[in-house]
Amino acid sequence: MIRTEELLLNVGPQHPSTHGVFRIIVKLDGEVITEAIPVMGYLHRGTEKLAENLTFTQIIPYTDRMDYVSAMTNNYCLVHAVEKLMGLEIPERAEFLRLIVMELQRVASHLVWWGTYLLDIGAMSPFLYAFRDREIIINLFNELCGARLTYNYMRVGGVKWDAPEGWIDKVRRFIPYMKEKLEEYQNLVGGNEIFLARVKGVGSYDAKTAIAYGLSGANLRCTGVKRDLRKDEPYGIYDRFEFDVPVGTNGDCYDRYLLRIEEIRQSLRILEQAVEQFPEEGEIMGKVSRVLRPPVGEVYTAIESPRGEIGCYIVSNGKDKPYRLKFRRPSFVNLQILPKLLVGETMTNLITILGGIDIVVGEVDC
Amino acid sequence: MGDLLKESLTWGHFLIFVLAAVVMLLIVLGFVTYTILFERKVLGWMQLRPGPNRVGPWGMLQTVADVLKLLIKEDTIPQKADRPLFILAPVLVFVPSFAVIATLPFSKSLYNADLNVGLLYYAALSSISTIGVVLGGWASNNKYALLGGMRSAAQMISYEIPLVISVVGVIMMSGSLNLRTIVDGQLGGIWHWNFLPQIIGFVVFVIAAVSELNRTPFDLAEAESELVAGYFVEYSGFRWAFFMLAEYVYMFAMSTLITVLFLGGWDAPLPFLNFIPGLVWFALKFLLVVFFLIWLRGTMPRIRIDQLMGLGWKVLLPLALVNILVTAAYLGIING
Amino acid sequence: MSQDNKENTTPENESKKANTLGRVQEKETEGGKASGPSDGGKPSEPSDPPQLERKGSPDEVKEAKAKAAAAARARAQARGKKAESAEEAPKPPSPKQPLLDELTAIFRQEVAEDAVEEAVINEINDHLPTVTVKNEHWYRCAETLANHPSLQMDYLENLSGVDRETHMEVVYHLYSFQTNRHYCLKVKTDREKPSIASVTPIWPSANWNEREVYDLLGIDFPGHPDLRRIMMPDDWVGHPLRKDYEPIDPEV
Repeated sequence: MIRTEELLLNVGPQHPSTHGVFRIIVKLDGEVITEAIPVMGYLHRGTEKLAENLTFTQIIPYTDRMDYVSAMTNNYCLVHAVEKLMGLEIPERAEFLRLIVMELQRVASHLVWWGTYLLDIGAMSPFLYAFRDREIIINLFNELCGARLTYNYMRVGGVKWDAPEGWIDKVRRFIPYMKEKLEEYQNLVGGNEIFLARVKGVGSYDAKTAIAYGLSGANLRCTGVKRDLRKDEPYGIYDRFEFDVPVGTNGDCYDRYLLRIEEIRQSLRILEQAVEQFPEEGEIMGKVSRVLRPPVGEVYTAIESPRGEIGCYIVSNGKDKPYRLKFRRPSFVNLQILPKLLVGETMTNLITILGGIDIVVGEVDC
Repeated sequence: MGDLLKESLTWGHFLIFVLAAVVMLLIVLGFVTYTILFERKVLGWMQLRPGPNRVGPWGMLQTVADVLKLLIKEDTIPQKADRPLFILAPVLVFVPSFAVIATLPFSKSLYNADLNVGLLYYAALSSISTIGVVLGGWASNNKYALLGGMRSAAQMISYEIPLVISVVGVIMMSGSLNLRTIVDGQLGGIWHWNFLPQIIGFVVFVIAAVSELNRTPFDLAEAESELVAGYFVEYSGFRWAFFMLAEYVYMFAMSTLITVLFLGGWDAPLPFLNFIPGLVWFALKFLLVVFFLIWLRGTMPRIRIDQLMGLGWKVLLPLALVNILVTAAYLGIING
Repeated sequence: MSQDNKENTTPENESKKANTLGRVQEKETEGGKASGPSDGGKPSEPSDPPQLERKGSPDEVKEAKAKAAAAARARAQARGKKAESAEEAPKPPSPKQPLLDELTAIFRQEVAEDAVEEAVINEINDHLPTVTVKNEHWYRCAETLANHPSLQMDYLENLSGVDRETHMEVVYHLYSFQTNRHYCLKVKTDREKPSIASVTPIWPSANWNEREVYDLLGIDFPGHPDLRRIMMPDDWVGHPLRKDYEPIDPEV
């Protein structure tokens, strides 16, 4: 008598491919998944509760640690919300510095995603190439603000440190180098038969599902919906620069891959323009009082981080500490589609799909 | 060696055979040690890093250090694991890998056993390792290991068939299963080597060989990023070393086989270079094949299990059969 | 750039110099302490008196600082008085007011006469129309928001719970791809047994957001397919984000 049983497999919390401490309980029938239940909270550090006892400037280092791969955009998200609440004006040079570091951060974050995604798929070498290039960006940030991963760079009203001598030239030299490397990587991986067979047609969904599930970033654009907060609801000085928003058609992992590579190219384009227009002199910090007391009220602002739409909802009661601070984290919302996508897929595709959503568990758990 | 085998078995001869086997063992172990280092170094260079370079000059003693470490590790056996099977599995994987070296010829005079069915012996013995893999996956009492073991069994069985069938063309051309005879049929220079007339068979054989060796792009049984080391996830210390050893000895055996079957064995590529001993040519070709296998590992992503099955059954097998047909037709026309 | 110590007292450079002055003074008096804005102290007013010496003795500098602080306070008071008088003049209507009126009208029509508790324009937040809806009508309102042809709010951007000490509320930020509108909806509920209808059947992206609000604030969402804790361990007692949360183990 032969019978088959359903296998309950635990992917994580310690697993090389779950991009952090994250667990999926998978019910398998042979190699096919019948149900997937994500379990999270392993990295929950209570940022939102802690924020209620900290002044706004003290919260900025906490935002670094939420999405640690893309810390500059997190900084900006919080600082932008407070500035909106207080109605502050930011000096020109500070705006440019913010834009440059955010776009560099986008390139770095997508490089990390690229390297680790290919590592999950099985190719070992692109991981090291991606990190070599990211090393250049990290060194630039190190020169600028003294830290490699958690920058604590932005402040309400401007930025903390000014660009040292020659920093802008280094950024200027980095852009053609990165463009050349992107071509090389496309030659190495983009046309690889095995890679294409692994990602084409895997984990696809349509625009209606994407909108219903609140997806954002490349996950939404791969279905054909053209939504990029840098263009649709411009913040900072993004409306001064020319760049395209790449959109996919099939909504599968391959489209997401191509979109993110294209986003690196567009970021390099923005950087080129920003570096040309960079003001020679200027303040880096606006006229802000030492003690930040936003007026009573609430605000929700969102910006485009490499993972999607990161939003900050602040309820202020006039004190220097927020009454309620809530972060709308893109990885948290994007991950909701995972149980739906995984039904009927094989175990191997679980890794492919999970990698394609591009999550950072620090952000999922906040 | 051949003459010794033809004489009657005396104690002296027996001792010589045992000595020869031990020497062979040591050579293979030495090969494995330095292949592991070579692999790590080559992969490192491909990934813009130096590879191991601390232990010993240029990292030469790295594998020695690793093996020592593995020997002194605690021998853990999971509590609910099937003990006898758990202990038996690595042995079952490893022993055939050594046993197949018996029939491999390395040069005109250097060979161990001149079996008339050498090729068949190889194919048969290497299949026993599959049983060991499945056993290891089952006995570990771990779902990941089970998944890995099942995948590996499916993979190895599916690729045995194209592996053997792709060689049938070579056998038909040389008229024998004896490996030395096959090499003798390729003497005379690079245009006589089997990989040119049997190009389809060569390609199919190389692909199937990479799959048999469980190497990237076909390493899903031990897919590090999915199954966290697949069927040997519960093995530690020297038992795990057995699995790794088996993999590299198979690499040795398979590379030798490719060299012997398709690349002319110990033949020089150009006839006037025959003053260089055959063993050197053999070693060069053999190293080229090993390098190619390592190169593949550093470059290719991993293929998925269903795509692997599709490739094996729907592409490689028909190609191998077509190869036989074409060879048979050609030989029929030539001879007849 | 901002660290250059040019002796320039022309009006354009006054503000620049004042900031420089502020920082240079701080460096000297506080001996290299990191200038974080959270350590309190004098606010850097834009029009400090220009006759302050840059490298005076510590006493002189302290005196000057005290003088400047007094002057700043006086100026701030005067400004405050001016602002009050300006507020008395009526504000121009917000550009998004019609959207707000349309929404309240739709709710009144489709759901109930008294569904809308409060409707304001949140000016700071780009004039976001903010509507507070009564709890018992919330699900019908949500359906209307999603299905009504002139609204079609298909994208739930954000869902957060707020613990106002007298009651709890949940705030929804919605966006529509079809009509390109943003709305903010609020629903209030009491603290003893907080419960708001779940909108997961309408917008699936609310699923985990509601679980998070349940986990951290304790608001129940009837109609949710799988309401259980998401961030905290399953056997945790209490709801950490509440204002009156006392951890059972004070060490944690």
